[in-house]
Parts: sequence; structure tokens; C-alpha cells
Amino acid sequence: MKDKNDRYSVIKGNITENRIELFVELIKQASTNLPADVVLALEKQRASEDEKSQARRALDVIMKNIDIAYEKEAPICQDTGTVIFHIHYPEKESLGLLKKELRDAVKLATKKGYLRPNAVDSITGKNSGDNTGFGSPAFYSDVWEKDSLEIKIMLKGGGCENVGAQYPLPDTRLDAGRDINGVKKVILDAVVRAQGKGCAPGIIGVGIGGDRVSGAMAAKEQIFRKLDDLNEDEKLAEVEAEMEKKCNELGIGPMGFGGKTTVLGVKTAKLHRVPASFFVSVSYMCWAARRKKLEITGNQYTIE
Amino acid sequence: MSNNIIQLKSPQIKEEDIRKLKKGDIVSISGVMVTGRDVAHKYLKDVFIKNENIPDEEKPILDELKKHLDGGILYHCGPVVNKDENGNYRFSAAGPTTSIREEPYEYDVIKLLNLRGVIGKGGMGDKTLSACQKFGAVYLHAIGGAAVYTAERVKKVIGVLKLEEFGSPEAFWIIKVENFECIVTMDSHGESLHKSLLEQSEKKQKEIMTTF
Repeated sequence: MKDKNDRYSVIKGNITENRIELFVELIKQASTNLPADVVLALEKQRASEDEKSQARRALDVIMKNIDIAYEKEAPICQDTGTVIFHIHYPEKESLGLLKKELRDAVKLATKKGYLRPNAVDSITGKNSGDNTGFGSPAFYSDVWEKDSLEIKIMLKGGGCENVGAQYPLPDTRLDAGRDINGVKKVILDAVVRAQGKGCAPGIIGVGIGGDRVSGAMAAKEQIFRKLDDLNEDEKLAEVEAEMEKKCNELGIGPMGFGGKTTVLGVKTAKLHRVPASFFVSVSYMCWAARRKKLEITGNQYTIE
Repeated sequence: MSNNIIQLKSPQIKEEDIRKLKKGDIVSISGVMVTGRDVAHKYLKDVFIKNENIPDEEKPILDELKKHLDGGILYHCGPVVNKDENGNYRFSAAGPTTSIREEPYEYDVIKLLNLRGVIGKGGMGDKTLSACQKFGAVYLHAIGGAAVYTAERVKKVIGVLKLEEFGSPEAFWIIKVENFECIVTMDSHGESLHKSLLEQSEKKQKEIMTTF
């Protein structure tokens, strides 16, 4: 048994020749150890719910589950989701080799039970059994000027992915125009449509503008942000705070049982758009917001 | 709504015991239940409900399912399953999956298997609610994402059907559970917590939108 008080500490160590084991550790950490900011936000909300409410009971179970998953090194949720890697790599790194190592790590992590076999052929219906396949795992990569290698991982469950949405503005049903109030209306609507189905309380990532792909991408990238960070854009920071408050007035509550805690946070980004299009993309992340970051500098690494 | 926990022993749960349950009640289930999700529901409908001539090789599957599900409980779950050192299957993570995807099938599945309950998350629609009323069943909500906590209530894997064909998350896992707690969110009297909360939150949404 592990001591749950250690769970927030940054893992540090030296790189060995075989990086696959380290990548398996990254996956294990993502699957079994929820980020500190998410645990703290859940704990804070748990305390705010009425003691005898279903909301409180749900959050009690959620907190217990987080502890047991860490202690037993078992997946927090059985839906270990789509395995998504965001990579920033230095010029000298071979991206091809890195992807191969990460793919091998995904197979190994599946075998070890940190990931459920989740890659299903969309035509034959056959599960590949090891989480690899066309577009699986998902890689997004960019070269950067730093010497270090950064690999961020997100495990995005299917239930919450299904309740994500993309709204072209204007939206007649919601009377949502092409302005910031229109954006706010559709964010609120996405949370109402989701109810408890995305495993509330969720984290709402929003991409304002862009095209259908870049907007959705920006929405999902927001989920990598820590809950307590502040948007550098002052206007967006205001929108985030306001929408978090308003979403929590909806009364949907944990699991959709009713209560004060419907979202843990709203995170937004803006992209330029063509004059003809105005998309608002919403990505819903369940409370089990499994994300971790591995950084390798020289022969040292950190996972947090 | 009471905070007393009502014990249920599955399968062979009596209809009258289900009829006593009300939206908001907490139940604790011990006994045997079976997992089934997207592929399983489509299979049940395609092979046993729509099909006039059931293929001989599929008949034993239905018999086996009925053995564990007559008056029993179907669990919407795609578990993480490991094998222990003795080669026995063991659930390590087994929370509920989103149930609404089974809405097109559940009415017929409840009827076919004589289910007394369905466990999942997120709730289901009017058609399932009407099946609960008509056949005497309830929709039970487990805590989504609380997968290790829930897996600890699974004491034993008794068997598995269609593992090769459906893949591990989609297979019918026959499991023995103890004190598996759920909340009744849809009862057999036409009451749904999901429906009432949707209405309330939509009303609130309209109010908030006037401030934008």
C-alpha cells in the first residue's frame, strides 16, 4: 500500500537507455493518480454540499475512489478513454522513434491493466486488444526551440467525449448571436445538454472561433490547464469566472443528482476565424480529469 | 427520499419489492448480476428480438443469460479485467457507463430477460421509463468514474459470454457482488430524477440567459 500523502509530489529520476518503462510510468500515473488541483477542487466542493444530500454522497464515493485507485495503482475509471499525447520536442529528437516507443508503452500499459483495451475498428467492430490502431493512440506534436522533451498525456473517457458539442453562431434556438453573450449562452447550453451524462462535475474546455478542427482542438487543449490558473487574456479570465459561477447555479450537481457542484472549472481560448464562420467548440472533461506531464531534460526527468 | 438502505438479493427479485422502491431510495444489491453494454444490447435485439428464427448456436447464450437475469439486474459496464496468478479473472475497475446509448434497446431487453433492474449512469429516456412501469423494473444509478471503489464490490467473476466476439469491455461478464450500492433514479411509477432535474435546469438556464 502506498501513502496517499505522497500523491501530489513530483516524480523525479534519471533516464535509462530504455525509455519505454518511463513512458509506461507516465501512463500509469495518468490512469491511477488524479492531478492535485483536481483532487483539491473536488474536496472543496464536497465540503460545500449539504451533508445528507445525494450530491455529498456521490462526492464522498468519488473521493474514496481517488484514494483507493492511488493506493492500489488501479485505474481511477474503467474507461481509460482515448489515449492522447501532446508532444513538444527539440530539433534533435527523432519523432518517429519517439512515437514508436510511446506506442509500445501503450501496449505494455494495456497488458499491465493500467489501460482498458479501447481501440475498436469502426468498420469490423473488432477490438485490437492493445489500444493501438488507426489514429490510436492520438499524437499531436510540435517542434520547439528548447532542449527538453515534453510529453503531455490525457485519458479522455468516451462518456464525456460524447457530450462535447460544437455550435455555429448565430444559434436561433438559443437566440445566441455572434458576440460574447452568444458564446456564454451556448456554453451554458452545452452544460445543460450534458446533465450528468459526462460524469459531472466536469471541466469545460471552450474554443472560441477557428474552424471546426482547430476550434475543437483548442477546446480540448484547455483541459490540460490547471484549474487554479488564470487566463492571460483579461476578458477571457472574466468569462471563465462568470461561467463557472453560472454553470454551478444550474443545480445539475454531481452525477446529475442535483446540487451545487456542476462544473469544476471553465477554461477558454480564442482563435481568429473567417468572417463567415463563428464556431464555439465545447469539450467536456469528466471529474476524473486524467492528465499528466513528463519533461525530459538531459538525463533527468519529472512527471507531474 | 429516505436514507435507509434497502437490501436486494439478485436474481429472482420479486416484482412487489421493486414496486415499493421510489425515486431517491438507496439500494444495496448482493448476489449475481451480468454486465452488458452497446454491443450486447444490439446483439440481444438483432438475434433474439427482431429475429424470427434464432440460430441454434445462440440459444444456449440466451438460456445462460436468463439463468442469471430472470428477475435480475443488468449492469451497463465495460470493466478493466485482469487475470490473477491462478488464471482467474478479476475486476480492477468497473464503474458504470453512460446508459442513454441503450435507450433504443432497453425496453425490449427488459421484457426479453424479465429484468428487475438496470444499473448505469446518466439516466435513460421515456421508453425505458415506460418499461419500468409496465414490467416492474427500476433504473439504478451508480457513481460514474468511481471504478475501483465499485470493483471492490465485485467479489468474483463467475463466467463470461461472448468474450472473443465482443471484446473484453463489451462482453457479458457474470459477476457475484456484495453490497453494491445504487440510487433509484427512475422508479416503476413513472418518476425519473433525470427528467425532473432536466426540466429544473432548463428553467434555470432560461433565467440565466436573460442576464447575458
